[in-house]
Amino acid sequence: MFAIRHKNLILSIIVILMVASVFVIGYFGLKQGIDFTGGAYLEISYRSEEVRPSAIEAEKSLSSLNLGSIIVQPVGDSSLAIRTRPLTEVEHSELLIALNILPLNEDIKEEQYSSIGPSIGAELKQKAGLGILLVILAVIIYVAIVFRKGSKVVPGWLYGVITIITLLHDILIPTAVFAVLGYYMNVEIDALFVTALLAIMGYSINDTIIVFDRTRENLQKASEKEQKENFAEIVGKSLNETIGRSIFTSLTTLIVLASLLIIGSGSTFWFALTLTIGIVAGAYSSILVASPLLVVLQSSYKGSK
Amino acid sequence: MKIRIIALLILLVGAGLAYFAYLPTFPFHLGLDLSGGTHLVYKADISGIQSGEVKNSIEALRDIIERRVNLFGVSEPRVQSISAGDEERLIVDLPGVTDVSQAVALIGQTPVLEFKTEAPLDSEERASAMTAEEEILRLIQEGGEPSAELLKEADGFYQNTSLTGRFLQRASVQFDQSGVGLVQEPQVLLAFDKEGAEMFAQITSENVGKTVAIYLDGAPISTPVVIQPITDGNAVISGTFTPQGARELVGRLNAGALPVPIELLSTQSIGATLGHTAVEEGLRAGLIGLALVAIFMLVWYRLPGLVSVLALAVYVSIMLTLFKLLPVTLTASGIAGFILTIGMAVDANVLIFERMKEELRKGKRLEDSVREGFKRAWPSIRDGNFTSIMTAIILFYTSTSLIQGFALTFGIGVLVSMLSAILVTRVFLLALPLVENRGWRYLFNS
Repeated sequence: MFAIRHKNLILSIIVILMVASVFVIGYFGLKQGIDFTGGAYLEISYRSEEVRPSAIEAEKSLSSLNLGSIIVQPVGDSSLAIRTRPLTEVEHSELLIALNILPLNEDIKEEQYSSIGPSIGAELKQKAGLGILLVILAVIIYVAIVFRKGSKVVPGWLYGVITIITLLHDILIPTAVFAVLGYYMNVEIDALFVTALLAIMGYSINDTIIVFDRTRENLQKASEKEQKENFAEIVGKSLNETIGRSIFTSLTTLIVLASLLIIGSGSTFWFALTLTIGIVAGAYSSILVASPLLVVLQSSYKGSK
Repeated sequence: MKIRIIALLILLVGAGLAYFAYLPTFPFHLGLDLSGGTHLVYKADISGIQSGEVKNSIEALRDIIERRVNLFGVSEPRVQSISAGDEERLIVDLPGVTDVSQAVALIGQTPVLEFKTEAPLDSEERASAMTAEEEILRLIQEGGEPSAELLKEADGFYQNTSLTGRFLQRASVQFDQSGVGLVQEPQVLLAFDKEGAEMFAQITSENVGKTVAIYLDGAPISTPVVIQPITDGNAVISGTFTPQGARELVGRLNAGALPVPIELLSTQSIGATLGHTAVEEGLRAGLIGLALVAIFMLVWYRLPGLVSVLALAVYVSIMLTLFKLLPVTLTASGIAGFILTIGMAVDANVLIFERMKEELRKGKRLEDSVREGFKRAWPSIRDGNFTSIMTAIILFYTSTSLIQGFALTFGIGVLVSMLSAILVTRVFLLALPLVENRGWRYLFNS
């Protein structure tokens, strides 16, 4: 099994990837959307591309409103997105009047408006943190139950620790990608991003557990038959037996995500992208991280005994 | 034979559900982000309320806001009170309303109705206050807003009485029948409760020949002269209304004042076109995803693949029916969650079919392989879906309403797909005449 034969090389690459991800996230930071920071977001559509003012023109027409820093960006063919601090309803109407949306007319329309107070944003952050924590906790409890029975060769907790490391990898990668996207393309993370991370955690762990289930089964068979098979060989065999199904299960999910990615616009696109990256990471990590790591850690565990 | 009848039954029920899901008579419940509309979150300021009274006050607040919202004529408005930490919140969903300013104004305004009598003033003060008063009335009649200074100047002319809108039993619109002209003037008829009627009787009897001012939200709207004491508890405001204005005022007065002050925390509004696009995108993405998954399963697993596609179709029909019946309010993220489960629904089948192939390679008979495949794959399917369901539950309880849409469709989807992939596929496969020959083995891709 190639993943076991080249385990040192593969694990080194994975470690470099994970360290790089942490570095990227720390260096670029994540661009938080108004869901978290509080603020207002406005999307307005113009009748056609020709009548849409440039971002600078639109910004100019709003400069007298005293709304603090305003960011105007073109969206799609004939829309503009405007971001400001949270607005009161009076300020919102003033903004609409300044942009000639009020009085209501056919040429310019407000397609979408949200204003989220800073307290709601802080609360969402708290809830997101709580959600992530609870899911991690649930996964740990779950892994502890599933792998409570270890064997002489591998204690149950070792499977658990590796599963959690794999999980960490699976959410570090998409988070790092969004740190880069945020830095270079102003892509913001929102409540949906956190949702996607949680869904990745719940889903990606499956593949790892399927491989480990088989590993445990094969180890047991080997010890019953008192075969003198090498530990690494058994792990490699187990991986070989399950690699097909773990790739295919991810593949079917990736197929539908691809259709969401191609067709979905706006927030759905970024949501699907987060999920796609996370599930790809989850698919290769169950092959390239979990089993090689099991072989490495098992030998040092045996060595320490 | 029995299993074939069950298989046929499942197919029929599946087709029935699919037809039901297709029927437009029972529509899907679309969330605000898909139907277009406004979502408002208010914080209720309960600092001035005793802790035992909070629940009642919030309920009263909810009722009043619900009444105000109903004035909007929205099809399915929803007013919900929730506790967030130590804060009390009110969530107002207005489908179809995208004029946020108007909605906020309608919900937030607290009409204050006051009755005032002339203050004892010397003639000079009286004259200046009177001029200001007349100016205000003229402004209001022309649809303008009196300035703050003007209001202050006029204020000295009248003094407060204890009669306010609190003692109002009912307000209604009537049209002045005494008018000779073609246009009948709209009037607002106020009926006081017993206490209010006594107060009004006292005020009118003490002020015969003088004016009594009716203030709305701090500005006088009418200053009739009292001709004789009124003891039946009915007062009429006239002279300054358009029919529309009179109706609005009556609506507001009947809706009553808010028992608890509220503060707008967040606003979200989405235009109908944007929501419509999201629905179409979701539908297209779902269909394409479904087709691609079906092709993959057919090509890779052949006959079992076909069976899993049938099971997938049954799954989709069950889900769509559940969405209508429960009902599940569909949001953009909810649709994405459902589409995601289409890909995950066949995961269980992949695990089962791979195991079946394994058993076939070991030289087992077809039927035994099928049974063994289901039996052996079950623990990993159960384990694998467990964390996803847990995630959905945690998400549902730690997120906002839009994300809850995802948690709900995702959670139900994983659960239902697990059952459909195992039970439905199993019945279908075992209903087949599994004969031991090359042809059948080929169909099982072995």
